[in-house]
Amino acid sequence: MVEFTLNGKNVTSQQPPHTRLLDVLREEFGLRATKEGCGEGECGACSVLVEGMLWNSCVTPLANVRRKSVTTLEGFRDTERYRLLEQCFSEAGAVQCGFCTPGMIMAAEALLSHNPWPLEAEIREAISGNLCRCTGYNMIVDAVRRAAAKGAGLW
Amino acid sequence: MKNISKAVEKKDHKQKTSGRAMYIADKKLTGELQAAFVRSELPHGRILKIELPPLPEGYLAVDGRDLADNHLQVITAEQPVFATEEVSYIGEAILLIAGPDLATARCLCRETKVTYEELPAVLDMDKASAAAARYHFAKGDVAAALARAAQIVEETFTTGYQEQAYLEPQGVAACWDAEEGKITVYGSMQCPYYVHGALMRALNLDAQHVRVVQEVTGGGFGGKEDYPSLLACQAAAAARKAGAPVRIIHNRREDMAVTPKRHPGKLHYAAALDAQHHIIGLKINICLDAGAFPGLSSVVLQRSLLSAVGVYRVDNLEAEGRAAITNTVPSGAFRGFGAPQSVFAVESLMNHLAAKTGMTPLAFRLLHGVKQGDETGTGGRYHHHVPLPDLIARAEELSGYSRKYAEYARPQTGRYRRGIGLALFLHGCGFTGSAEKDVIRSRLILRKNADDRVEILASNTDMGQGLKTTFSKIAAEALGLPLERIICRNPDTDRVPNSGPTVASRSILIVGKLIERAARRLKAEWVSGREQEVQEVYKDDVLIPWDLEKFRGDAYPTYSWGLNVVELEEDRLTGMTNLLGIWGVFDVGTVIDYTIMKGQAEGGILQGIGYGSMEKLEAQGGQFRQGSFTDYLIPTAMDTVESEIAFVDNPYDGGPFGAKGAGELTLLGGAPAYVAAVEQATGRAYHAVPLTPERILAAEDKGGEV
Repeated sequence: MVEFTLNGKNVTSQQPPHTRLLDVLREEFGLRATKEGCGEGECGACSVLVEGMLWNSCVTPLANVRRKSVTTLEGFRDTERYRLLEQCFSEAGAVQCGFCTPGMIMAAEALLSHNPWPLEAEIREAISGNLCRCTGYNMIVDAVRRAAAKGAGLW
Repeated sequence: MKNISKAVEKKDHKQKTSGRAMYIADKKLTGELQAAFVRSELPHGRILKIELPPLPEGYLAVDGRDLADNHLQVITAEQPVFATEEVSYIGEAILLIAGPDLATARCLCRETKVTYEELPAVLDMDKASAAAARYHFAKGDVAAALARAAQIVEETFTTGYQEQAYLEPQGVAACWDAEEGKITVYGSMQCPYYVHGALMRALNLDAQHVRVVQEVTGGGFGGKEDYPSLLACQAAAAARKAGAPVRIIHNRREDMAVTPKRHPGKLHYAAALDAQHHIIGLKINICLDAGAFPGLSSVVLQRSLLSAVGVYRVDNLEAEGRAAITNTVPSGAFRGFGAPQSVFAVESLMNHLAAKTGMTPLAFRLLHGVKQGDETGTGGRYHHHVPLPDLIARAEELSGYSRKYAEYARPQTGRYRRGIGLALFLHGCGFTGSAEKDVIRSRLILRKNADDRVEILASNTDMGQGLKTTFSKIAAEALGLPLERIICRNPDTDRVPNSGPTVASRSILIVGKLIERAARRLKAEWVSGREQEVQEVYKDDVLIPWDLEKFRGDAYPTYSWGLNVVELEEDRLTGMTNLLGIWGVFDVGTVIDYTIMKGQAEGGILQGIGYGSMEKLEAQGGQFRQGSFTDYLIPTAMDTVESEIAFVDNPYDGGPFGAKGAGELTLLGGAPAYVAAVEQATGRAYHAVPLTPERILAAEDKGGEV
């Protein structure tokens, strides 16, 4: 049994402490916006925020989030910040197949919440743990840059 | 910009961005079982004995005996759905074990003991005697050209495997309705009717008793053209036997180990040059590694051969090729479909020949570029405007290619050296040869509901390339309706006619044209408030009929054209490169949506650069040495650089609003342009991709070429 905060609510997982956080989120709590792309921490499709930092939930044992705050896209998508990111991802054409997108959105939030005025190189570094095979990344970089420019005061 | 080219928000943008889009791994079926596979551990062997562990209640084993016909329908049907007597490659499925808990099913598979008699394996395509296909074609008199040549240059190029690396692994779910005797398969796929046909054959069912539904698909790039048929037959066999839904989702390692890749290639060129440095003859020999079964390899080889002369006019030409059968994972479709191998080879050859003649790569290309009306290598014609000068002018303007080329051609010193490379290429639009007319015969329906909304009924899939949006834009524009009034859902074979597979850059060109025609008719017949339906079927507009036996005629109705420039800095100490600029100029006819098309270009170019630079996948002893994203490296956001993309306007009457094929074209130039840039930086010539830092350094050690 592991207690943690999930999208703002205190929850208790019944799974063994070594269970992958990804499985706890998807199977136990039914939060399927978080995707599994590789299962070994390389692709970032499973990215979630833990205490505001970007973590790969597929290589995070449940025990590691004990008493920590976990945010998935489901817990973020009703915010002003999300709505701006969604709009900027659309304008920039940053979404193709969509499988990496939830992770990319979380990576963008992790970046902007720590660095609201990122340089291009900082955006690239911030999403470098998130693989995308469709876009070639530049349109995602552009989306995050647009969000930063339009998001004065949001982050 | 034309009205239709203006970007709109994609129809599925909000669903996907908010994480509400449900991929097959996100859908659970009540009472479903999951499955794991027992796979061949040998590249070639006879199965002597299979010993299953005792299966707990609720678990079952499924193999080839559970199918009415254990053959997978692709073009032909040589590959078994499950290996029964003989295994032909490492990773080939022998049986699956399905049950309520996946971990338990996996354990049971590991405890299953297969005893084999090892058979000799063919692991090297050079040593293969069997071929999935062989073709030969000629034009003019190559022997005479070689005999009178002032200089003959021979080069051999090798290209590696490439993994599609779609972010969503392959997956399907199958449900058997025992009462109706009907199978339904849901899944991540490009070609619902391919899956439909494979299921009809394997289960011996008629068309009405097979239903295939595409789910939101997280990238395909060709990798979900044929393999979903195999997975669907395996899952369907299990679902029927179990009387319960069966879902199979590959994890990344399994996906990379067993699904089809881009064919490795070996391409030999002999070029005859006259005293004025003109290419007067080319003799080309291409060998592709088809893997253990023919699959799609015959058509892949056709496109390799048809692309082997690039955008150049060569009057004396002889080309032959074979797709060798080896005991390795069957190779399959990957964006470009045989062309990337050839484009890398011919573009590199052009650079090397230019160097030998003392001309710049661009000047040497201009000497040989095809023009409208020229004959193709197979007796077809470039019937439409050939925009090479337009592409070059635009690329010069954007990239300053010639100025930078001259600058970097001066002697460089120090650890970091710069280079700039260029590639020109074309891509035949749609299916190769006569398949549209003879095999596919696309059918498309527009259905108008009583509420005056119009639904597009087609079997083509959106796998991320934005087809729901571009199809809808074509219909909306032709009907004069707002985009919101057009409905385009994921195809379900119970509802949609067979408008063909989502392959070969054909969806917009072929099916988009049917949508345009149907929409114009519907507009003419429009009665508000009434349900109406309009059907269109493919009409052949190829001018010189294709003859596969003779390998002659127009292989494609028209061509799309492209140019890439890559500028980089190479570290002489480590062999690593740092990209400084990427440019892409394309002629895809009318652009249906500027942002979607830019996304195709950006993504395609980076897949091409990955192919040329870092995506190393090797088989040793029939086993891939790279097994996941940990050791098979695809580019990250830090491996690329801002790029500039432009389109030249060259509308094609045969496509909707003048559009042509676009998706695959964009991948073709990345690898040769990258390699050309490295060649200028290092002053060496290379003949293999991926050109990894290790390969660059190895060439230094050898003091010569690789």
